[in-house]
Amino acid sequence: MTTESLPVRTDAPAGTASKKTASKTPFARGGRRMLSQGAGRQHHAGPLAYVLLAITAILSIFPLYWTMVAASTDNTRVSQTPPPFLPGPNLFSNLARAWDEAAMGKAMINSTIVAGVIALSTVMFATLAGFAFAKLRFKGRNVLLMLVIGTMMVPPQLGVVPLFMMMSELGWSQELPAVIFPTLVSAVGVFFMRQYLSEALPDELVEAGRMDGAHSLRIFWSIVLPVARPAMAVIFMITFVHAWNDFFWPFVVLDMTNPTVPVALTQLSAGYIRDQSLIMAGALLGTLPLLVMFVVFGRQIVSGIMAGAVKG
Amino acid sequence: MATSTTKAQAGGAGRRGPSRTPGGDGTGRRRGALLHRLDVKGAPYAFVAPFFVVFAAFSFYPLLYTSWISLHRVELATLDVMEWVALDNYIELWNDSRFWNALGNTITIGIISTVPQLLMALGLAHLLNYRMRGSLFFRVASLVPYATSVGAAALVFTMIFERDFGMINWGLGLVGIDPVDWEADKWPAQLAISTIVIWRWTGYNALLYLAAMQAVPADRYEAAAIDGASRWKQFTHVTVPGIRSTIVFTIVLSTIGATQLFGEPLIFGQGPNGVTGGADNQYQTLGLLLYEEGWKNYQMGRSATVAWAMFLLLVLVFVAQRLIKRLRSRTS
Repeated sequence: MTTESLPVRTDAPAGTASKKTASKTPFARGGRRMLSQGAGRQHHAGPLAYVLLAITAILSIFPLYWTMVAASTDNTRVSQTPPPFLPGPNLFSNLARAWDEAAMGKAMINSTIVAGVIALSTVMFATLAGFAFAKLRFKGRNVLLMLVIGTMMVPPQLGVVPLFMMMSELGWSQELPAVIFPTLVSAVGVFFMRQYLSEALPDELVEAGRMDGAHSLRIFWSIVLPVARPAMAVIFMITFVHAWNDFFWPFVVLDMTNPTVPVALTQLSAGYIRDQSLIMAGALLGTLPLLVMFVVFGRQIVSGIMAGAVKG
Repeated sequence: MATSTTKAQAGGAGRRGPSRTPGGDGTGRRRGALLHRLDVKGAPYAFVAPFFVVFAAFSFYPLLYTSWISLHRVELATLDVMEWVALDNYIELWNDSRFWNALGNTITIGIISTVPQLLMALGLAHLLNYRMRGSLFFRVASLVPYATSVGAAALVFTMIFERDFGMINWGLGLVGIDPVDWEADKWPAQLAISTIVIWRWTGYNALLYLAAMQAVPADRYEAAAIDGASRWKQFTHVTVPGIRSTIVFTIVLSTIGATQLFGEPLIFGQGPNGVTGGADNQYQTLGLLLYEEGWKNYQMGRSATVAWAMFLLLVLVFVAQRLIKRLRSRTS
């Protein structure tokens, strides 16, 4: 489940995909457009739809709510039946203990560094390559683009043995660069940006820049970047989520002295810590940054995922 | 190392610009024109190079090298000592009942987790497609599990499925059903693990479907309504065919995810001790077997062999899917 996946069209030639999303590029004009469904076919939701949606929302949120409940009680209360359904008084003390005792503090800092660097570099390289694929003419463009798409089909887990050998040769095992370097770029990011820029960036703008004698990097900097900004934000957030939650490779190459959040969480489940409420506090702590991000930028993330989706 | 070369390239592209003198004397102009041509021809390659360099170094090369390693005996403690064993690893794997067990588990968990997940996502997308109040809230809410890391999600569900005080068994007890040992018994364990997968990915897939549903032309619905098609008929005859390629896409993604399944069973089986997938390997997946061979039994060669088996499994699935598609299009 660690294969990174922004949702984009992969099963059709690039040209047709961009045509279908043509009228959409919704978050270019703010996510709101995407959410106010224009087409007249939508029926109004009946009471049953509301009930079903409410149940889904509860099922989606309940495990996290219960994580919070368990993290706010103590070990004896968690292991009683009926299980607790209301928060107890120990939330902050448990969070503080998880930060210290369960190595979550170090893990949070490590994950922030890892996810931040990966997201930044993915955005930068995806925008560069996406611009080239969308607006520049060069030999082999289509072949290279198909190669980019093809790479999405390769699950990273398959190369893990040589990768591990490579990292120990470089002296990076148990170090953060081992986790950062293999994920500095993302095919989905490149493709997403290409789709976005081929719609959002008018050819005339690039031509005008050339007329003024600007070189490619200058065009990229002053013309492309401002237009690409909304898509960059989406790629940043989604890459950050994926990098924060990435599990298999960090678990292989890092150890408990220097873990990322998911690696530290496995240790919580390993039975060295017998305090269930402490375990839940660790789980909550590791999810909190992403939850905050979803609460603040929920609209942008939702419309970003939908804008990149396959349509048809 | 890989990135430093690409940075040099990108920097080179940048440096060309300022040195170009627009106008001025003849040589300057010629030089300017030359640099301009270089820039126009070279810059695109410099822009796409970082992606390919990183991919080649950290994905493509390891993938190829995996097959080379799988023909050797390599131990974790002495990674530079490789002893050629030809196809021995493959033969041993073929004769190893743990491999067939892990393959079976990967397939059954894959089916139990993917099929309900995508069906529920379809239903949820249909609901989200209604015109309603609070649609943003419902969308963000169904995406919350996607933001939860495997680690956190698996930890919570491990507690919820706990045998003695878990919420599920407590609920079952209320309606008079005996407690289930969700970890020790094969099918309950696979069901619990699938629940984690379903919980994390249903909302995400629903949003993909929703986006596709909104792109289905309205006149198709109008035509169906004029023909007197019921809401359900409209759903099965207009909506589902209208979003077919999205459905294929999510099936592909979920299948890749299912063959790689690792974190959920690992944490459900108590962390690093869980690589065997339970006392009787009752929920060991190929991902767990790969890890167990390499990092618990210290046999990197055999680990690489499992990786190739996983790759083959994926290839087989997609060949089968292609074949089914072709047969179908021939019959229709």
